[in-house]
Amino acid sequence: MWTWFYRLASPPYVYRTAAALTPWFMTAAALAIACGLIGGLKFAPPDYQQGEAFRIIYVHVPSGWMSMFAYTTMAVAGAIGLIWRIKMAHAVAAATAPIGASFTLLALVTGSLWGRPMWGTYWAWDPRLTSELILLFLYVGVMSLRSAFEDATRGDRAAALLSVVGVVNVPIIHFSVQWWNSLHQGATVAKFGKPAMPGSMLWPLLVMLFGFMCFYGAVLCMRLRGEVLNRERQAAWVREAIGS
Amino acid sequence: MSAVGFWAMGGYARYVWPSFGFAIIVLGWNLWSARRYQRAARVRALRALAISDE
Repeated sequence: MWTWFYRLASPPYVYRTAAALTPWFMTAAALAIACGLIGGLKFAPPDYQQGEAFRIIYVHVPSGWMSMFAYTTMAVAGAIGLIWRIKMAHAVAAATAPIGASFTLLALVTGSLWGRPMWGTYWAWDPRLTSELILLFLYVGVMSLRSAFEDATRGDRAAALLSVVGVVNVPIIHFSVQWWNSLHQGATVAKFGKPAMPGSMLWPLLVMLFGFMCFYGAVLCMRLRGEVLNRERQAAWVREAIGS
Repeated sequence: MSAVGFWAMGGYARYVWPSFGFAIIVLGWNLWSARRYQRAARVRALRALAISDE
């Protein structure tokens, strides 16, 4: 297991693995998102209370989940980079940040569009919405902090520290609907217990989530290759890898 | 459901379709920017290699 872990610290190994994984992730993402969209828009029945407006769930929930997943990935990678001083972990964290920020923005915008017909307002300073907005600010802060340093190593360490500190916001987002009075509905798919929606509505949501995860994997691999090249451009293996 | 009914989304079309439209924009931006970033990094690496050869 440790051998595998140490191989992940090798830039040529990471570069080649990311290149090999990208088409697989992309194909899986395209198929899953297409199936999820057809299932969510065509086959899922309308909600008895929210009518057809509930279909926003098929982009809102996967983007919300991915916003938290990407942040956790970034924080774990940052922690690995800080503890073991693995440069590739910082590269993963740097590659993840813009993807996670875009998913957070998507969750906020689609939530706002869903909130208008259901709550009568595009925005409320509700615990779930506010903590998700803080997540977006954290992403922006991490990206800004990394690029604020001329020395890339110091930038990586500062960004990793902020991402590790900010990870406390992830459980706050998740449990905000239980801890405080919230306009936002409770968990639709709980880890323990029965989902709050029937199977005909649930499967497209799970397929969309899988599609978004594969899409994240594909874009992460693409960005990671760029990060590795930026950090290793003086290395001997780069000549062979980029075919010059 | 008829095609008109489908696009009308039970009167919620102006909320549902912009949500899906924005999702397509975000996913598309991710692909475009990742590809652009990767290409720019490759160009920088090629330049660095050319300078080291001189």
